[in-house]
Amino acid sequence: MTLKETILSVENLKVKLGGVSILDIPSFCIREKEFVSLIGPNGSGKSTLLLVLNCLVRPVAGRLTYRQDDISSREATFDYRRKVSMVFQEPLLFDTTVYNNVASGLKIRGMQKDETRERVMRYLKWFNIEHLAPRSARKLSGGEAQRTSLARAFAIEPDIIFLDEPFSALDPPTRNALTEDLASILRETGITALMVTHDQTEALRMSDRIIVMHNGSIVQQGTPLDVMNNPSNEFVASFVGMDTILQGKVVKASDGVVTISVSGAEIDAVSNAKFGETVYCCIRPENVSIELVHPDDLTSARNIFLAVINDISSFGPFLKLTLDCGFPLVSYVTREAFAVLDLKEGKKVFAAFKATAVHIIPGK
Amino acid sequence: MKLLKTASFSLAAFAFAFLATFAPTISQAAPANKTIILATTTSTQDSGLLDELLPVFEKQTGYFVKTISVGSGQAMKMGEKGEADVLLVHSPDAEKKFVAEGYGVNRMLVMHNDFVILGPKTDPAKIKGEKSAKEALKKIAAANALFMSRGDNSGTHALEKKLWKSTGMNPEGQKWYQETGLGMGQTLSVAAEKNGYSIADRGTYLALKKNLGLDILVEGDGALLNIYHVIEVNPAKWPKVNAAGAKAFAIFVVSKKAQAIIKTYGVKKYGSPLFFPDAGKDPKSLGL
Amino acid sequence: MDLILEGLIKAFQLIIALDAEVLGITWLSLKVSGVATFISVLIGISTGMIVALTRFPGKKFVVSVVNTGMGLPPVVVGLFVTIFLWRNGPLGFLDILYTPTAMIFAQAVIATPIVMGISIAALQNLPAKMRLQILSLGATRLQMVWILLREARLPLMAAVMAGFGGVISEVGASIMVGGNIKGYSRVLTTATVMETGKGNFDVAFALSIILLFLVFLVNFLFTIIQQRERPR
Repeated sequence: MTLKETILSVENLKVKLGGVSILDIPSFCIREKEFVSLIGPNGSGKSTLLLVLNCLVRPVAGRLTYRQDDISSREATFDYRRKVSMVFQEPLLFDTTVYNNVASGLKIRGMQKDETRERVMRYLKWFNIEHLAPRSARKLSGGEAQRTSLARAFAIEPDIIFLDEPFSALDPPTRNALTEDLASILRETGITALMVTHDQTEALRMSDRIIVMHNGSIVQQGTPLDVMNNPSNEFVASFVGMDTILQGKVVKASDGVVTISVSGAEIDAVSNAKFGETVYCCIRPENVSIELVHPDDLTSARNIFLAVINDISSFGPFLKLTLDCGFPLVSYVTREAFAVLDLKEGKKVFAAFKATAVHIIPGK
Repeated sequence: MKLLKTASFSLAAFAFAFLATFAPTISQAAPANKTIILATTTSTQDSGLLDELLPVFEKQTGYFVKTISVGSGQAMKMGEKGEADVLLVHSPDAEKKFVAEGYGVNRMLVMHNDFVILGPKTDPAKIKGEKSAKEALKKIAAANALFMSRGDNSGTHALEKKLWKSTGMNPEGQKWYQETGLGMGQTLSVAAEKNGYSIADRGTYLALKKNLGLDILVEGDGALLNIYHVIEVNPAKWPKVNAAGAKAFAIFVVSKKAQAIIKTYGVKKYGSPLFFPDAGKDPKSLGL
Repeated sequence: MDLILEGLIKAFQLIIALDAEVLGITWLSLKVSGVATFISVLIGISTGMIVALTRFPGKKFVVSVVNTGMGLPPVVVGLFVTIFLWRNGPLGFLDILYTPTAMIFAQAVIATPIVMGISIAALQNLPAKMRLQILSLGATRLQMVWILLREARLPLMAAVMAGFGGVISEVGASIMVGGNIKGYSRVLTTATVMETGKGNFDVAFALSIILLFLVFLVNFLFTIIQQRERPR
């Protein structure tokens, strides 16, 4: 992958509100045509970061650079703001027609009527709301309103578009449809995008890069696979859904394969950790399979444990099993498998997972 | 959006028009020495006499008279504070005090009319035809008949109080004695509504007669004379007073021309004059 | 009952005859209250906007003061303004007591808190992030202010109607600072009180009808504009 040009970067960014530090980011950058997702728990500062990058909030300290130009001065900030746009969680439409809403960014820039018309109709088409042009913004459904907000932001043809959880207020089918449309439009136009989202699947699917934030700092950034499968610390690990995190000591290490002693049991993993090191073993629930009898040679998994089902809870289309193997282990099974295996609390089963499914993080 | 633009533009244009029409109005009154503030009483104003006199004065002299009609009490208070230039009032005892205390100068007799005692046709206190106002009031008190007073320190109120004093009685606080605090016309309306007695100047009574339903029951007593004086506010006390204007008005109101207007005012409308001109007469001839 | 009938008849007579004095009084009422409302709208909406959109210490206090001002008794305003405008008062040098200018001033004082209070409420009622969204679309400060006012136009128009309604029907302050001088500072309300006091109930009635009609007309026009802005 060719290294793209940096379009926006920050240095030593600090934002405070009422004396409390909200953001502290030594350095951060976005590259051209990138789709970056920003994830993190509530209060981690994601939305604030977005507002700072949009120049809607002034940092206490720090420098913002756009295409190598410093944009701290009032004038530069204004010019920069005219090249970017933002979409919020609420559509925040104006009390007028859909057409007028989408045209508002253009009107603000003093565009002529004909040019405006051409531009507006084009983006209405792209977002499939052409038929809604004369309708009042008050009479739109949630999905239609958000499409209008997106069309409005895109119509000014920004260099960068910022999105703050744009779909979290919509129902799943609408969300999926809109996500698809947004992804394809971004691909076609090549606009750089930075999106805050709570939906990790969404982030996985759409992003070139994911940034994880916690307490106002960036704790990890990388490709989606990278972040999801190789979290750099326990916080990121548990945040990205590695529900099983076990502390243990390396008792055997050779050729990139290690054995970790955890609560008396031994787990095999792939890692370059050294003998005697204290480490964390992180295992995704999806990677733990359940059998009623010892799978023996039927599986290539090196880690097989006898387990008791302690708790069963619902997790979307799956059922989440909390197991006790001498150490706690979390597994997901489909409802079908659950029924076929006739699982219930207290039942003894075998839990199996591959060595490659165990992600090692250095311990404290 | 377009409608809003047009609406706001027209609003602004409208406002401009208003302000433009105003500028002349403001400048008309701006030079203070062309404006005279005349403090007079509601009964004088309501009689309509000033609507006859003032235009003549204004045309003759070019002054603009602002007539502020309040009770005699308030008119004199305004004079005491220098907030009026000239007074036309009818409360002789208070006026004498006003001049004695140095607030007013050149007090001149202008005209008189008289007060009448009014009451319902049924006349429960049986005062009809009584020659003495004093005796009539005594009878009303004895009968506990409803009596409406203005209670507002006006000239009318002052005369009424003087009469009560002369009877040796104090009606205040009695259930049948009610004070409205209102102008003459309104007080009479209340009296008519409640079938009570009252004292009013003949001028107001004549003007309101047709709507009232009250009759004149006692008249002609010298004690019922209502005498008007014009007083200039003392410029020595209040330099801001329009002394020249005040003097001009005072001179006008006792002039032959004005007195002639006063003599005939009301004849056409009511069949008898409302006021009797007295300028230049000896005050003693009126019993003062 | 006869009185009401007489009043109605007199009203028609005066209106149809286009009685010069009545026309003059009506026109003056419109002028005085119109200009006063205009002034109060200028001051009320601009300061209301500043209060609503900026953060500053003591904001809650300021807003409560404004809301209290909305309920200011007009006659109290009239008394205070009169005292200020007396020849020997602090503003006596202006020499505007007993003029329509003083009436405009007093009415503007009465109407401004009303317009301001409703404007503050209207602007604070807009979504909190609306300002950011407008700026993110590249608006200048001025454009943002215009868009916010446009977004709040329905309640703002109500504010104007409330301000106008409050002052055209006001009588206490108008009598005190205007003096009810014939042909000069006499308006519909003050004339009605005077005619009632004189016992000319039919004339008073006629003036009342004209005043009612005027108020209704202005409100009707504004309501049409307001409701028209409502998208279908």
